Formats: sequence, C-alpha cells, structure tokens
Amino acid sequence: MAVLSAFFRWLRRNLVVIAGLVTLAYLLLPNVVVTVFSFNKPKGRFNYSWQEFSLDAWKDPCGVADMCGSLSLSLQIAFWATLGATALGTMIAFALVRYRFRARGAVNSLIFLPMAMPEVVMAASLLTLFLNMGAQLGFWTVLIAHIMFCLSFVVTAVKARVMSMDPRLEQAAQDLYAGPVQTFLRVTLPIAAPGIAAGALLAFALSFDDFIITNFNAGSTVTFPMFVWGSAQRGTPVQINVIGTAMFLIAVLLVVAGMLVGMRRKKKSL
Amino acid sequence: MTTAQEHGGDVRLTGISKTYGSFTAVHPLDLTVPQGSFFALLGASGCGKTTTLRMIAGLEEPSSGTVRLGEQDVTALPPYKRPVNTVFQSYALFPHLDIFENVAFGLRRRGIKSVKKQVGEMLDLVQLGEQARKKPHQLSGGQQQRVAVARALINHPKVLLLDEPLGALDLKLRRQMQLELKRIQTEVGITFVHVTHDQEEAMTMADTVAVMNGGRVEQQGAPADLYENPGTTFVANFLGTSNFIEAEVAEVSGEDVFLKAGGGKLTLPKARCTASVSAGGTVLVGVRPEKISLTHADDAGAIPDGRNRITGRIADSSFIGVSTQYVVDSPVCDAFEVYAQNIERDTRLAPGAEVVLHWNPAHTFGLDADQDVEAGVEKVEEDA
Repeated sequence: MAVLSAFFRWLRRNLVVIAGLVTLAYLLLPNVVVTVFSFNKPKGRFNYSWQEFSLDAWKDPCGVADMCGSLSLSLQIAFWATLGATALGTMIAFALVRYRFRARGAVNSLIFLPMAMPEVVMAASLLTLFLNMGAQLGFWTVLIAHIMFCLSFVVTAVKARVMSMDPRLEQAAQDLYAGPVQTFLRVTLPIAAPGIAAGALLAFALSFDDFIITNFNAGSTVTFPMFVWGSAQRGTPVQINVIGTAMFLIAVLLVVAGMLVGMRRKKKSL
Repeated sequence: MTTAQEHGGDVRLTGISKTYGSFTAVHPLDLTVPQGSFFALLGASGCGKTTTLRMIAGLEEPSSGTVRLGEQDVTALPPYKRPVNTVFQSYALFPHLDIFENVAFGLRRRGIKSVKKQVGEMLDLVQLGEQARKKPHQLSGGQQQRVAVARALINHPKVLLLDEPLGALDLKLRRQMQLELKRIQTEVGITFVHVTHDQEEAMTMADTVAVMNGGRVEQQGAPADLYENPGTTFVANFLGTSNFIEAEVAEVSGEDVFLKAGGGKLTLPKARCTASVSAGGTVLVGVRPEKISLTHADDAGAIPDGRNRITGRIADSSFIGVSTQYVVDSPVCDAFEVYAQNIERDTRLAPGAEVVLHWNPAHTFGLDADQDVEAGVEKVEEDA
C-alpha cells in the first residue's frame, strides 16, 4: 500500500517529464526506423523486414543507379530556392512591417494564400500555367515553383522578427554616423538574422523534400523525392535510408554546434 | 563684444515647424541654444518637444525653417552627417553588440581604427569599465543609461541631444543621474539639449528652460526666472503650483497696480504684470504657495501694514515633515494652497480655523485674465 502511494507520488511529480519523453519518442520513432534499416541487408528488393546487420549500403551510398544524381539535383534546387525565397521574402517582410502603402492589408493576406491552397491543386494549376506559357518543364520550372511556395513561409518567419525590432535602433545607428548601407549591414541585418535564418532553413527543408508540386512540373527531370517514390514501386534500396540518416545526422550536428557556440558566447560575456 | 567665434557652436532654429498631414506638431518657432549651455525643452507629452529635438538630430525633416549648428546650415543633412549625437528614450542600445562595441560604434563608423583606449576611458568615465564585454540586456537600467550617454559622448558631438533620458529610472536613481549628467556636462563643456516632461528635472539641470505647449514655446528663461515670473497660466501651473485670483483693476499709480478682489484690496508691482492694465479691467493675480504666510484671524492685528491680505477658512492641512500644506477656502478663490515651513507651529491652524493669508506684494505676479486658469495643471498625474 505504502509502496503504491509512493509510486503515485513519484508519478505525479514526474508526469510532465514522462509525457514529454513519450511525445519525443513518438516524434523520433520514424527516424529511428530509417536509421536502423539503413544497416539492414534485405533479401529481395524491398527493405521492409529486418534481416541482418550490414554496412554495405553505407560503404556504397551511390551504388544505386541515378540516385545520387537526383540527390545532387534536389540539393541544387533547394539551395537556389532557399536563396531566392529568402532574399525576396526578407524584403517583403520588411516592406510589410516598416512601410505604410496602399493595399498593405491585402498584400499581407495574399502572401498567406499559397500556404492555404491544397498543394495538389496548386501543382496541377502550375502545370497548366507552364504549359500555356509554352515553358520547357525541368529544373527551371521546379525552381520557380519552389521559390513561390517557400516565399510565404520565409515572409512569416522574418516578419515575426522584424515586428519585434525597435526602429529606434536604426535611428541610433544613423545618429552614430552609419549611412544607410552601414546601418543595414551592422544593425538591421544582424538583429533580423535569426528570423532570416529560420526562414531559410524552413525553405530549404520544404524545397528539398517537396514531391507533389515537383512531380507535376518536373517533366523528365527526377529529384530525390521523385526517385524514392519511383523506386518504391519496384523495390526500395537501402541507400535511401542511408541518405535519410545522413541528412538527419547533419541536421543534428548543426543544431548541436549552434548550441555549443551559443553557450560559449554566453559564458564569455558573463 | 560677441564675436562669431564665440558663438560658433550655437544651435539656431529659425522658423522651424513640423506638420503631419493636417496635424501640426510644431508651429514655426525660433530657438537659440548658446554653445556650452544645458538647455531643457520642457512640456507635457505631445507638446512637440521630442519632434523639435528629432529635427535637430536630423531624424525628422522639418516642414519649414532651418537648423543651424554654428555657421553651418544642416537642415538638408542626414543624421549620419551631423555632428550631433542623441541619447534615446529607452536608450536604443544595440542588443547584438557588447557594451564595448556599442560605445565604439560611432568611432568605427567614422573609420577610426584604434578605439580601445578611447572606449576604455569613456567607460571609466561612466564607471562601467568592468562591464565592457557584457551585452546590454545584462545591465541594469541605470547602467544602460550610462552606456547610452557614453556611446553618444565618445564622438565629441557639437551638441548632445537627450530625449527623456531618465524617464525609465526610479526616482532615487533619477536624482543621482541628474547630478551625474550635470557633472559630465560641466566637465566636457558640450551643449546639451534635454527634453523632459519633469519640471523638477528641467529646473535642476538646465541653465535655460523653454516651456513648450501645443507645439509652441510658451516661455523661455532661467529656471528661477520662469518660476518667479511666469508669463502664462500654463507656465505658472506647469512649473510648480500657483494660486490665482481674478481681480479688478482699481487704479494704476506709479510702479504699482491697485486691485479689488472680493471685498479686499491687493497690490501688484507693475513690472511683474505681463498683461496690459487699465482701471476697470480685470487681471489674474498669481502667487506661489510658499510665499504666503498664514495667521489665525484672532492675531490679524499683528500683521504688518502694506502686505496683501485675504481672509479664509482652512479646509484641509497635511503635515509633510519640512512643511505643512494647507488648503484654504476664501471668498476670492477656493482651494488656495499655502505651504508653511514647520518652524513654529501654531496649533490653532487646523481645518475649520478662520485665517488671514498675507504676503509681500513684491511676490505677486499679474497675468492676462483672458486664459484658462487650469492650463498645465494635469502635469501632477504624470509626475508619478
């Protein structure tokens, strides 16, 4: 009896932690599966049941025909889409927060429409648009489409940051002999940077794994998500899991590095 | 003789105004701030004082008029080309830079490479040498305020502009910083233009105070001069407390104006009356609460001749240590305020007592009766 009540007391005290851990496990379980199955040695073409441990796929990540080509294409598209969407989105965010102009409210709402539109509908409409314009489907149509749908997310992320910025900081910079360019580089940009970085990361992630819009508008070009989808019909190479795990690890390393830098900076300034 | 050299650093505003659409924030005004002086622009919020300051800084473009620093017309210059620096309200320290880099910012922008020594000295001046590598958010309000001053002063501007620099500090710290700023100003000899809504702050620190109201300068002068000789009811009420009696002019003779108010007679030195007076007209008679003596009605005979006197009844009294503040109802003015030093306290002076208020006629001032007696009174709430 006493043991039971002690247990309940412990449970009550740690409930939040337990709930947090369970949620985290729920969130990360798919990643664990991806990682575990990257070490599998499947019998046959499908990597769906565990057979035996093997490093074969890790030793030869590009061993599957065309996969690394599609991966490289996806990375290129993601890079340029991130660059384009971040540059445009940052400027739009500043315009929306800092300047009063006609139809500002309307623009503010219109920016969010692409996020609300069902992706598959937008994908089909984009295809119609490109075909009517006589555009050659491929790298450029995919890039244009990606910049378009990443834009809304970048604007949202940067706007939140710019809204919390005190315009007096820029006035102070000007008062202290910084011209417009210097003010932007030394004050505006560094303070807005976290928001811009968040927007850029979001854009990269969205572009890299977009399938629906890309599939409609890529023509004969094959990106990494399209490759995975296509190969899933015929069999799933273990290398797909290797790529997935590697991306996940890179992301984790970046986050840890960021945290370490932040901690060291805090320690130094104290 | 005054030469151009001596006045090389005056700030001169000529016909300067600012309108936003149909709203006029600052009516065309002329203002000269002598080089090396500590000048305060005093007024309630929305009176145009900050707009005026920002036009000197170049952060606001005047709708008309010119801004001159010495002989140089800077009206068309952007803020980063003016030899003027600002201490902003709430400081506007750069959150991403540490204290050292905040202070070094202006020097670096002007291409000065070796800033270490100068920044170190400036941080020592404001007693923040130890905090150089901290970020602004790690400092207290008073420390942030000193960083803001250091960041501006290190550039040796011709004029330092201070926009309500002490508004965010608590009372004790504010007093301390007032003295500190005054000390720094005397030490570096730079012209300070200080915007505040706090009359005590303005009078403590400034050599010259310009009282602004509704986008206009109501009156300008040395603090004591403004206090003793207010030109309008707004100035009289905004700077301290004033009692007003509406009186009829009985006779103007020589240096004095003789007045009738209620049943009594009052005398007002003509030199202290800003309104034009003629027999039969009315004038607002003002007197500061601390100039008035309070005598119990039973001792009225002991009051010397030649003093202005008014009878009344004490409505309220509050003891506040150094003085006792009385509110006296009288036929000519309800709620007459009287501050009496607690030297010898007459225990009969309690609420309900009949009293005679009397003061030296020289302490009376006269204003045009054609204005709002309550103008500028609301400042009391803002002070809290």
